[in-house]
Amino acid sequence: MQEHGFSSGLKAGASIAIGYFPVALTFGLLAKTTGLSLIEATAMSIFVFAGAAQYISLSLITAGVLPALIVVNTFIVNIRHFLMTAALNEKMEPDARWKKALYAFGITDETFTVLATQQGDKIRTSFAAGVIVISYGSWVVFTSLGHLIGASLPGFLQASMSIALYAMFVGLLVPSMKGNRKVVSLALIAALFNSLFFFTGWLSTGWAIMVSTLASAIIVELISRKGVAA
Amino acid sequence: MGAWFWWMIFGMAVVTYIPRAIPLTFLEGRELPEAVQSVLRNIPYAVLGALIFPAVFFIQENVWFGVIGAVSAFVIAFTGANVILVVLGTIAILSIYGLWFG
Repeated sequence: MQEHGFSSGLKAGASIAIGYFPVALTFGLLAKTTGLSLIEATAMSIFVFAGAAQYISLSLITAGVLPALIVVNTFIVNIRHFLMTAALNEKMEPDARWKKALYAFGITDETFTVLATQQGDKIRTSFAAGVIVISYGSWVVFTSLGHLIGASLPGFLQASMSIALYAMFVGLLVPSMKGNRKVVSLALIAALFNSLFFFTGWLSTGWAIMVSTLASAIIVELISRKGVAA
Repeated sequence: MGAWFWWMIFGMAVVTYIPRAIPLTFLEGRELPEAVQSVLRNIPYAVLGALIFPAVFFIQENVWFGVIGAVSAFVIAFTGANVILVVLGTIAILSIYGLWFG
């Protein structure tokens, strides 16, 4: 095994796979109650692979919203990925465009955070492939399973597992926070902006995450250039 | 669902893929201005802050699930545990909490 290659990627992606388990299971179940067949529900997870957008599409289908508008909404929800993949590009090893176009399909909020917080210089394409394969596998398989068994987990486990992805984000953030005021400020300011947008309802979730992130990244950069922080 | 459903999936797939693929392929081999690079390097930590808060508090109707979960995750992470232990440990704590008070 080469260092930081495919198997290391699988390991690094394992927490995403655990976190996707309850979310995908519930998606499969909700898709069934919305009236999607097993094939239709699974196909959505196979071709779209975007948690938030898929959930929203189910509620829009139920509300009888025009399919074209559901597509437009999906785009709006996912615009934040422009920012994430631009940032990720700085971390990835240079590689053939077709390979990058291939793994780009697997960049979600979760795979992005796992990849972008890796220590060290450049991330190898094979490492990214490992992270994506295990996450995507979990998302697709558990969507089908949720539809097939038509039930979610026992109540207490469903509730406790709903923390998984957030616990993962915390686990990725904290090691970089220690002794690094810049990282603490970045996370804190983005969290404050996002909370503001949430509680005032000024922006919907997709936009709120993008605007908070960008605002925080720019503000902290301006401050650290003046030598106040960093 | 009818044929419209498959057209919708196709449309959703395309508009989800575009924001993921364009930066990664278009920016390959291009050097961005230093200031832009610096801001982009800040993005991952800012994203984490925005992804965690305030959503973590609303994972269940009972807001204490999120509060206890978030505190547990931060405490476990600060001991130096790796990510998977943070995830499993936090789930374990919330399972115990849920069984007792849920």
